[in-house]
Amino acid sequence: MATEHAIRVEALTKSYGDLEVLRGVDLAVARGSITALLGANGAGKTTLVRILATLLRADAGVATVGGADVAGEPARVREAISLTGQFAAVDEVLTGRENLVLVARLRHVEARGLGKPAAVASALLERFGLTDAADRRVGTYSGGMRRRLDIAMSLIGDPPVVFLDEPTTGLDPQARNEVWDAVRTLAAGGTTVLLTTQYLEEAEQLAHQIAILHEGRIIVDGTLAEVKALMPPATVEYVEKQPSLEEIFLAVTGAGAGAPAPQGGEQR
Amino acid sequence: MTAIADTATLTGRSLRHILRSPDTIITTVMMPVAFLLLFVYVLGGAIDVGTDSYVTYLLPGILVITIASSVSYTAFRLFTDLQGGIFERFQSLPITRSGPLWAHVLTSLVATAVSLVLVIGVALLMGFRPQASVLDWLAVAGILSLLTLALTWLAVIPGLTASTPDGASAFAYPLILLPFVSSAFVPTASMPGPVRWFAENQPVTAIVDALRDLLAGNAPGSAIWVALAWCVGILVVGYVVATALHRRRSA
Repeated sequence: MATEHAIRVEALTKSYGDLEVLRGVDLAVARGSITALLGANGAGKTTLVRILATLLRADAGVATVGGADVAGEPARVREAISLTGQFAAVDEVLTGRENLVLVARLRHVEARGLGKPAAVASALLERFGLTDAADRRVGTYSGGMRRRLDIAMSLIGDPPVVFLDEPTTGLDPQARNEVWDAVRTLAAGGTTVLLTTQYLEEAEQLAHQIAILHEGRIIVDGTLAEVKALMPPATVEYVEKQPSLEEIFLAVTGAGAGAPAPQGGEQR
Repeated sequence: MTAIADTATLTGRSLRHILRSPDTIITTVMMPVAFLLLFVYVLGGAIDVGTDSYVTYLLPGILVITIASSVSYTAFRLFTDLQGGIFERFQSLPITRSGPLWAHVLTSLVATAVSLVLVIGVALLMGFRPQASVLDWLAVAGILSLLTLALTWLAVIPGLTASTPDGASAFAYPLILLPFVSSAFVPTASMPGPVRWFAENQPVTAIVDALRDLLAGNAPGSAIWVALAWCVGILVVGYVVATALHRRRSA
């Protein structure tokens, strides 16, 4: 039933010339869940997200978001979604606050009774720890700050479905942890999140459901436990545990408090 | 109504870009002003156009060059939005699809108008003495706006399709050179046969002749209708191709 799933994809295909990027993708994403779409570079993750976000038309197949067909009712889909692309889509010339106010105006928050654009912007700046930098041009922001602003912009107007396309690619570990926290906060508020990633660890950390996209098809789809059950049985090896550069970084900068410790000498 | 409000919001955003980097206006104005100075004070002495004031003769062509130089920044700004991903963010919002495009077009009209006023100001300092009535000035403003709108939609095409920032703005070079092979700098009568034929039948000559008549306070001849026809023609072609390309981006 449409009400159970925020996103439904059936037999979706997309080719660029001779290159078949999607060869029949099936996927269902439960309302309020975090689903990780895992795949290597070029697996078609971004293509799938762009189709779901109504930026690209599929060749065949059906995709619905929030009950609306992406090809038939794109305007209704756009009411239900927000997209955070692979490269932080923020306006570098404007300040952080101006970026948020801009999107708040375009989402008509005031007419929808969600507050004045300026108030919405202030609340999000506070929530994402950007208040101090609010009136600086985004061009001066660090990568992590940009990505946080980008995600904050995606939350304006409380869209029920949020697409995050490789939200942590190119971020340092501290910034990555900040983004992870932001995603968890989102899902805790009932938002459905579909995020794409190349990293199994990211999927493990965040997702209720993991779908692996490979050569244009979803080859594995299930909960973390179900996906793990498919892995070859663990063999126990004893390895001297060297701290990873990441652990050293987090220890030295003192930024690791509360962050999940990455496994250095795990079982393989 | 919301479509208009959304487009106004987006236009406010790109106008703010221009306010924050006024150098785009300065560089837009720099080339036409340099041509004005060069032709009036260096080459003008050797050019006989049959009037006492060469700057008055020259200005209409310089205004066309100003517009061409200004719309190349429109292509550049659109290209930058596309590259940065913010255009996709706008396209995934529940707003009119063409809103982000129109915002760039309206911004281009405003930025070009500011540039034109600056160039006319420099010309006045250099001795440009128009005889135009208020009505003539309105007609001049109308033709310049129509030409700006037409060339802006033309600029949207490289803005949407270019793969490098240089490619996005390079389309303006031929537009900037076109006035040289027209009646803008010297009367076409001084040109050899085929060049003269081209000069007399290309849009810049009609536009420049119409502007020159209006600014001199003379009733414009048939040139004004030819000029308007060219502007509308370019506008229709530019608009149709640009919106088709915009739609095809999502195919």
